[in-house]
Amino acid sequence: MISIIIIVLGIIMILAAFLAIRLKNLLSAIISAGVISLLASVIYLLLAAPDVAMTEAAIGSGLTTIIFIFTLKKIRKGDLDD
Amino acid sequence: MIKRIFILLALLGLVLMFLPFLKDFDFHQELGDLSSQYVEGSINDLNSQNVVTSVIVTYRGLDTLGEVTVLFLATAGVGFLLRKKKTSLRSRRSSELLQTGSQFLFVLIILTGVYIFTHGHLTPGGGFQGGVLITTAFLLLILADINLKFNHSILLFVESFSGVFYVIIGLFGILLIGMNSFLDPAILPLGNFGKLLSAGAIPLIYSIIGLKVGSELTTIIDKMGGE
Amino acid sequence: MIFSLILGFLLLIIGIYGMLTQKNLIKIVIGFSIVDTGTHIIIVSIGYLRGKTAPIIDSSVDIKNAVNAVVDPIPSALVLTAIVIGLAVTALMLSFIIKLYQKNRSLSVDDYQELKW
Repeated sequence: MISIIIIVLGIIMILAAFLAIRLKNLLSAIISAGVISLLASVIYLLLAAPDVAMTEAAIGSGLTTIIFIFTLKKIRKGDLDD
Repeated sequence: MIKRIFILLALLGLVLMFLPFLKDFDFHQELGDLSSQYVEGSINDLNSQNVVTSVIVTYRGLDTLGEVTVLFLATAGVGFLLRKKKTSLRSRRSSELLQTGSQFLFVLIILTGVYIFTHGHLTPGGGFQGGVLITTAFLLLILADINLKFNHSILLFVESFSGVFYVIIGLFGILLIGMNSFLDPAILPLGNFGKLLSAGAIPLIYSIIGLKVGSELTTIIDKMGGE
Repeated sequence: MIFSLILGFLLLIIGIYGMLTQKNLIKIVIGFSIVDTGTHIIIVSIGYLRGKTAPIIDSSVDIKNAVNAVVDPIPSALVLTAIVIGLAVTALMLSFIIKLYQKNRSLSVDDYQELKW
């Protein structure tokens, strides 16, 4: 049962990884990278590591995505200032 | 064209490197010697329910100290690179509903973070997770309230004093127990297995780590997201 | 768990492919974070033991026989600290990107040929 869930999640994660690399729109690429981290936290939970799952859910999908978006905002704002 | 060929060759080499590892990988059925020692030691010597916590705080305590140092260095780098320039403050107030709601949620999120890092030796979670939750509370304030001004001196105070206290608690181990006991949690009474006030100094050390991580990451978020 | 091990390796390879082929600096950092996730999945799946529970000794685990009931705690502890460091390093890289952009107004690697800036 665990293997089936991991295979399904893994296929979604690999698709999201390809999207994160190939997409031209930076915001969509950042969100795809966040999806990878969120599904990775489910996989940690299935692999009996709840501590790691909590950390990954809070940091990988929350703070990392936010930091990328802040960077994007700062760069776009720099464009407008000219 | 030639660049593409080199990239393909590099990836192929990587795959060839991993394949034997995957093919001959034998999964253990039992814990190794070191892990068994840690599990038994966590139950018998430290009275800590969460074995991961006892590995991070006690058995690999020096590594965690180094890790907190790396976090501090990265924060210092971010702060150095993104120095605040004197810019005119754009005053765009968010709506009353958003401000009140986020201030109400802020307290609850901080409370959850404190719960997580004080119960690090009993339930999943601990200083790192609790610290990150505290950071998300401040993130909510940054996102909701545009005219927010942090009290930076309190943030600086918490950050530096939690780092100093971490080392001082470690030195207490050397003073009270012996030469090889840096960061030994047995400086406080070990208590009963499964109670909140148990496992010696582990809840104290993990709370300090939580405050340290929370204040460092809040500084990073503030530097990167602040106007 | 062999599937999560394979998944980790695939993510690692995709991330390195992205870091090698992309020109955009932010895309390179995204590739770095994918490599990070892949490595963490590999380390956690090495510590997994089939049919055993998380290393938290509460009422569901027999204390006398705890060694035979839990998975390896060391990989979890290693990955826990590695994730936090990964966030800090990513933030440092992104602030370098912001600095570079303020200087040269470009996100492409091709525009940064000189070693001194």
